[in-house]
Amino acid sequence: MDKRVEKKKLDLGSRYQALTQDLQWNTSYQPMEKVFPYARYEGIRVHDWSQWQDPFKMTLDVWWRQQSDKERRLYAVLDAFAQNNGQIGVSDARYVNAVKLMLQVFSPLKYALHRALAHSARNLPGDALRIATQIQASEQLRHAQQTVHAASVYNKYFNGMHEVPRWYEQAWYLAPVKSFADDLASAGPFELMVAISFGFETLLSDTLFVPFMSAAAHNGDLSMVPAGFSSQSDTTRHKQAGITLVKFLLQQDSLNIATVQRWVDKWFWRSFRLMPMVAMLQDYMVPKRVGSWKESWDTYVEAPVEALFAELAAYGLKKPAGWQAACAAKDHLSHQAWNAFYGYGHALAFHTWVPGNDELEWLDRKYPNSFDRWYRPRLSYYAQCEAAGKRFHHHALPMQCQVCQQPMIFTEPGDGRWIAYRETQHEDESFHFCSDQCQTIFANEPDKYVQAQLASHAILQTSGSETTENALQASIADLGVVIGRDNGEFHGSEDDTNFTLWGGGQDMKEAQL
Amino acid sequence: MSSIDLQTKEIKPARNTFTHVARHIGGDKPASRYQEATIGLQPTQNFHYRPTWDPAHEIFDASRSAIKLADWYVLKDPRQYYYANWTITRARQHEAVEANYSFVDSRGLLSRMTDEVRESACKVLMPLRHVAWAGNMNNTYICAYGYGTAITAPCNFHAMDHLGIAQYLTRFGLAVDDPGVLDAGKNDWLNDPRWQVLRRLVEDTLVMKDPMEMFVAQNLALDGLLYPLIYGSFVDEHLTLKGGTAVAMLTSFMPEWHDECARWVDAVVKACAAESDENKQLMTTWIQAWADRAQAALAPVAEIALGEHGQEALAEVRTTFNARIAKIGITL
Amino acid sequence: MSNVFIAFQANEESRPLVDAIVADNPEAQVVYSPGLVKIDAPNRLVVKRETIEEIIGRKYDLQELQINLVTLSGNLDEDDDEFVLSWKH
Repeated sequence: MDKRVEKKKLDLGSRYQALTQDLQWNTSYQPMEKVFPYARYEGIRVHDWSQWQDPFKMTLDVWWRQQSDKERRLYAVLDAFAQNNGQIGVSDARYVNAVKLMLQVFSPLKYALHRALAHSARNLPGDALRIATQIQASEQLRHAQQTVHAASVYNKYFNGMHEVPRWYEQAWYLAPVKSFADDLASAGPFELMVAISFGFETLLSDTLFVPFMSAAAHNGDLSMVPAGFSSQSDTTRHKQAGITLVKFLLQQDSLNIATVQRWVDKWFWRSFRLMPMVAMLQDYMVPKRVGSWKESWDTYVEAPVEALFAELAAYGLKKPAGWQAACAAKDHLSHQAWNAFYGYGHALAFHTWVPGNDELEWLDRKYPNSFDRWYRPRLSYYAQCEAAGKRFHHHALPMQCQVCQQPMIFTEPGDGRWIAYRETQHEDESFHFCSDQCQTIFANEPDKYVQAQLASHAILQTSGSETTENALQASIADLGVVIGRDNGEFHGSEDDTNFTLWGGGQDMKEAQL
Repeated sequence: MSSIDLQTKEIKPARNTFTHVARHIGGDKPASRYQEATIGLQPTQNFHYRPTWDPAHEIFDASRSAIKLADWYVLKDPRQYYYANWTITRARQHEAVEANYSFVDSRGLLSRMTDEVRESACKVLMPLRHVAWAGNMNNTYICAYGYGTAITAPCNFHAMDHLGIAQYLTRFGLAVDDPGVLDAGKNDWLNDPRWQVLRRLVEDTLVMKDPMEMFVAQNLALDGLLYPLIYGSFVDEHLTLKGGTAVAMLTSFMPEWHDECARWVDAVVKACAAESDENKQLMTTWIQAWADRAQAALAPVAEIALGEHGQEALAEVRTTFNARIAKIGITL
Repeated sequence: MSNVFIAFQANEESRPLVDAIVADNPEAQVVYSPGLVKIDAPNRLVVKRETIEEIIGRKYDLQELQINLVTLSGNLDEDDDEFVLSWKH
């Protein structure tokens, strides 16, 4: 009657194959072109989808179990943090401004990736890739949500976190993040995968989630740190998916090479243009420092990217067009960013300050080629102004790059004397860029980038040039940011005085004794 | 932790939650993790570029659906899932499935399964792997193009659940038969006339545009008839009588999942219909049309599963479904 | 020749993983920073299930290492017995 033999347990590879392949079919009642309407419009050619497989061979049962293990651990820590007033255990309340940036920048960014990846996950024709992409889409939501949860306790006790969705949508200084996210979301499914999994996650995300997180741990953040480390474990899978996808596309058809190269160039640069905030987190915003941004760049970007592209050369891919410029910036990025944010400190939703003398010495030691010459003089000047009761700030509106929407604060690669400006005439209008790379990105898709709404332009259009003195600050006050309480000088702020009143930082001080 | 004397330091919070959450929950009071992880996460304005793949709409655009809501966060999930508690729940349910597999295996229930039960189960369940795959695709669509985190996040989870079900069905086939059973099931899905009405329906859902209509068609109408028919009428009532208890144990996730999700699906439909007559009319029209189509598509499948009792079972399932709809406040 | 690396949250659970990696990769270098342990190796790094099992005294599923994993660099090849990072150039 029955002939079943004892079933051998399938090995990892066979199990993955059995559970992921062949669920899809070629539709006949509706044409495949309607089921996958965006499969071809980017010009990418794939001849054999079965050649791409998830290197981690993830199936749902393993995924649920593993992620559940991570979440139980993480939320136990978050619960303990909330119950034990963990927010006063950080080294120094200046550190909390790093948490504010994480919430203002990285949670919305992760959410944007989640929705954008759902778009790719629905539209890429290969089923194994779709499954991996869906898992990735879920995990980006995870990261967005756990960042909110990790910041939740801080929000109760400190200022500058209370209405992030509105700030992310409209605040001028978060526009680089929003324009990056919108650029991704408006891209086709293939570009999106290369941009996120490769351009962002593989090439650059480690700098935020590894060395910065370690520094944050050093400053006693028992909330954001476990969340950050835990989220990066998911990202290791996204990175591998990105690398294998790029190789797959390059191998599938030589006609794909030029397109993939263009995307790699664009998204490396757009991702790099989000790095100033990460750089300043590490060099200026963690009071007890571990390593410098420059060191993080060397360890987590320069060396791995060199290794990766040495391998990708065999597939016809070159290092991103902005690679040299990005590497040349490692002595300058964090300082230029902090400089700019300090100068616009009146129009942000977090505090800024001049580092103390010990910290300035540390910066000098870590940046012997640049700090004393270019940046210490400015910080000294700010300290003088502060001491005289006239905190330095910019009166003018920032000029923003049409593509990355950063203020024009970046100097010519290799020459710190000159701000880099580029300009293009397009259909009787002038457009301005911070770099060759942004200018090239515009040139490749002008119809896309002319759509962008730059905050400075919007202010000029509504308030007119006579009243721009306070217009930038007014633009964030309109968004529910309380001027002076949520921004400006850290020393003497409500965050500062509260933290002292609560006896904050005692744990760290005691631990040092 | 060193001794922090909480009484003397008086560490008082300045606020209970985020302003945008407070606005939604009626004031600054403590908010749940679900609320903080859901409300306001999706941007609503100031998009810098139009999608290159759909320039007629913004990146997030409520007008992709005919359903109109003043506030898309009324579509609350009664389960209050955010990623962490959803995945913890599913992992726990998966442990139960693993326990069932161990039990069935150790008691020799797999090796003692009759050919009749095995073939009957596989004939019905294997083609359903592809139906689940379409459920995965469709819920991914809603996550991508729906409006507001309240609906798009649970649809992401729902998409992964469908994939989990497809994988459970695959695992079932491999446990009770040779790998050829999967190919046989695919062949039936593609070529057996009795599956074609359902396949046509499923393919029509794959090309729908309105994310909320797709929600109704897939998550309410189709699954609302399919799951009770297959896991209720067929597995629980019919197969177990023929000695197929093992089948019920190895597919136990599916009916339990369906019942859990039905609470969410009903809440979404109810909230949409409650907002306006226009929405209610849309919901009514959609549910009527898709439930009728789904019922017709499942008729030949009911016959494969239950033979001469198939139509009666399907009619009962439809009656129960109608009662469910009436409870939501919609008259078909 | 380029380095591959793998990094874990520094805790009790990852300790045996680090020990196993050091045992199986003679040229590996371990670097600790707050909360994090990173292991670099020239060109190739292998994590072996068997070695971990010897250290912890119970069965171990290599996929478990993802729970405390933070990041890695290199091409990944994984099966039930080994998790290998390498550069192919």
